[in-house]
Amino acid sequence: MSALITERPAPAQDAAPRPTKVSVRNLEFFYGKTRALHGVNFDVPANAITALIGPSGCGKSTLLRTFNRMFELYPEQKATGEILLDGENVLASGYSLANLRARIGMVFQKPTPFAMSIYENVAFPLRHYEKLSKAEMQERVEIALTQAALWNEVKDKLDRSALALSGGQQQRLCIARTLAVRPEVVLLDEPTSALDPQSTARIEEFVLEQAKNFTFVIVTHNLQQAARIADQTAFMLNGDLVEVGPHEQMFIHPHDSRTRDYVTGRFG
Amino acid sequence: MSTATTKPGEEAAAHAPRAAQPAAPMGDRLFRLLTGGAAWLVLILLLGAAGSMAWGGREAFQTFGWGFITSSDWDAVGQKFGALVPIYGTIMSSVIAMLVAVPISFGIATFLAEVAPRWMRGPIGMAIELLAAVPSIIYGMWGLFVFAPFMGDKVEPWLTEHFVNLPLIGFMFDGPPIGIGMLTAGIILGIMTIPFISSVMRDVFQAVPPALRESAFALGATPWEVVRKVTLPHTRSAVMGAIFLGLGRALGETMAVTFVLGNAHDFSLSLLMPGNSIAAAIANEFTEADTPLYHSSLIALGFMLFVVTFIVLAVAKFMLLRIERKGR
Amino acid sequence: MKTNPIVRRRQISNAIALVLATVATLFGLLWLVWILWTTVTQGASAINGALFSQMTPPPGEDGGLLNAFYGSAVMIVLGVVVGTPIGILAGTYLSEFGKTSFLAEAIRFINDILLSAPSIVIGLFVYEMVVLPMGHFSGYAGGIALGMILLPVVVRTTDEALRLIPNQLREAGLALGLPQWKVVGHIIYRSASTGIATGVLLGVARISGETAPLLFTALNNQYWSTDLSAPMANVPVVIFQYAMSPYDSWHALAWAGALIVTAFVLALSIAVRLFLRPRSFK
Repeated sequence: MSALITERPAPAQDAAPRPTKVSVRNLEFFYGKTRALHGVNFDVPANAITALIGPSGCGKSTLLRTFNRMFELYPEQKATGEILLDGENVLASGYSLANLRARIGMVFQKPTPFAMSIYENVAFPLRHYEKLSKAEMQERVEIALTQAALWNEVKDKLDRSALALSGGQQQRLCIARTLAVRPEVVLLDEPTSALDPQSTARIEEFVLEQAKNFTFVIVTHNLQQAARIADQTAFMLNGDLVEVGPHEQMFIHPHDSRTRDYVTGRFG
Repeated sequence: MSTATTKPGEEAAAHAPRAAQPAAPMGDRLFRLLTGGAAWLVLILLLGAAGSMAWGGREAFQTFGWGFITSSDWDAVGQKFGALVPIYGTIMSSVIAMLVAVPISFGIATFLAEVAPRWMRGPIGMAIELLAAVPSIIYGMWGLFVFAPFMGDKVEPWLTEHFVNLPLIGFMFDGPPIGIGMLTAGIILGIMTIPFISSVMRDVFQAVPPALRESAFALGATPWEVVRKVTLPHTRSAVMGAIFLGLGRALGETMAVTFVLGNAHDFSLSLLMPGNSIAAAIANEFTEADTPLYHSSLIALGFMLFVVTFIVLAVAKFMLLRIERKGR
Repeated sequence: MKTNPIVRRRQISNAIALVLATVATLFGLLWLVWILWTTVTQGASAINGALFSQMTPPPGEDGGLLNAFYGSAVMIVLGVVVGTPIGILAGTYLSEFGKTSFLAEAIRFINDILLSAPSIVIGLFVYEMVVLPMGHFSGYAGGIALGMILLPVVVRTTDEALRLIPNQLREAGLALGLPQWKVVGHIIYRSASTGIATGVLLGVARISGETAPLLFTALNNQYWSTDLSAPMANVPVVIFQYAMSPYDSWHALAWAGALIVTAFVLALSIAVRLFLRPRSFK
């Protein structure tokens, strides 16, 4: 426990409540007939880092995948309830999927570089949204790669295949690709679970650094990671959102005994 | 991480409203339509092939009825067409082919699974797959120029001498040792199907979970016992599937047999006599068919061949499907 | 200490079975080596400069196979042009839309049957569909017939290659807000390109030696002809006709053609296996 606490830098943010970016209301999720989320309610504050923790199978990834309606790829999966992005329900059938995914980006567990050059990995999705001159495009690619802390490593080999990068670099490229489109919310689905500690540290630094520009929601099975970076942590268990709160509440004085059991390592 | 600073003005532009939303659903609908259409084309191809041949053969079926199958009277001058000889030849040559190919293929699959050292499995497996790629006309040519004379000079006289007086099967070996005929064609067909059957059987054997084999070895079973008591029972239906796949190929094979069958239309039970098969009859006579009825009769033959091979291959596929599911 | 008689018996039957399996393998390979050996020795002695510079000769005379090589090449290209796009699209449907639906499984089933269906039947089908309406044999009909044989090969390998691509890559593309056609067309195809190329090249190897479907579609042509709407010379049918003839000079040409076709098919198959993805279940 004490190790967890000391790793967290002193809260630099002021105590004033941040505006809510996304609010989840009565969210239920079904895999076929199996109910995987039981009426989840919570708010994601803007320009902050929200971590979702819990044992595997608790529904934290499922919850994340409702934010950008990724689950709709699979016909047997269904969600009811509301997810309000700036007050607008994105689960409503009339809500444009392309618009939603432009506003809410996602980074996956394993790096998913496209089989193209490093440059094209970032430029290709961007081209889909904006008509840019060559110079503008180069600038946007550079900004995105810089934000993802990859620019210095790849600036001399932008035309090389992205598949030749290391796993950690690939993951940061995927982050850059997501940022280039300029989303408002970035979903991170266990982004460091396939990476070595050093690469993990770089991605954590990136998230802390960029929280002023984006709203992050990160799923992690790594409690220390949540403790290190999250402004707000939500603990999930068996499809229920058990408790959500700031760092001190979740890791030092949890209200719920199940949260206490989990963060002290009694299960999960 | 000092490089991760944002440029001035970027933050303001970061969440600017987007100018154009591309019409995504439209493109996707078109894409689905296009790919779906292509997929349907595969079905249409099969139905079209069956339908066009049924249509093309209708005159023969109407004219001769069941006689088309039961009569061996194939007379282009008299315009009488009964397909018993080619039908019998197709079946008989395929049976001989299976008698040759199945045991050898099983031996090869067993060899690759239990005997061959690990370094040898890749190259031999690849050699067998490559031999499946050799065009069938090469087998046919080799049969005509090399194997038929060999059969006629060496094998067939010996067969006649030793087997013709046997009861029940003696008649099969009564004939002139000319090399061309049912036996030669069947053996070549068998050689040709060995690569098909053995490579599928090898894949099937490889689909046996290692834990099953290992636990049998742990009990002290010999490699042969593992094949017989573990591998075969586990893969029985898929092994049958591999055999049916080979049978399907053998039934419809044209070039490997056309050279050496002899294109005869007289019915003979002797394996040493020239014969015919459906595919060979079509290949030999189609461009010579000068009357609509002759033409129709050959297409009707093609229709029957198609239906029979479809059934055999469907059975094969069903049997192989089970092991593919198990393997997944 | 004496060996247990039961164990001994089992060991003996094991040894016999394994020796038989080895003999079967040698026996199987023996034929195949024999066939290749014959093709190489007979063919090599018939290969000369005239083969690639002269046309197919009339009975009993010397000549070459230039028109046949040309015709074969043209019809193979036509077959690839016909079969590849349709095959890739159909394979894409199976993998990206149909998945495990009944329709998709039915199409896979039918496609696998077409993969092994007698090629002479495809020839008859194209005869009915193309040759009869046109009124004469043609290079077009031959190319279409070859395309139909190539099609199921491409469908199957495309479907398999696309299904090997992890779903996360599709999700990554879609999560960027890209439409599905762009995700598949620009991202998934790139990742599956070696698999798809394998399919096309193996398909080319398959159709290069096909004879039966050309017998009554392209037929043959003794002279130089680039007209696709006329009967077209091609190596397999020339081999068939010349080998069945009584003339030694024609036999030599048939062997030369056989060697070149076999060498081409084997070289292509080996190259695909060495340089592209190895494939499993057929």
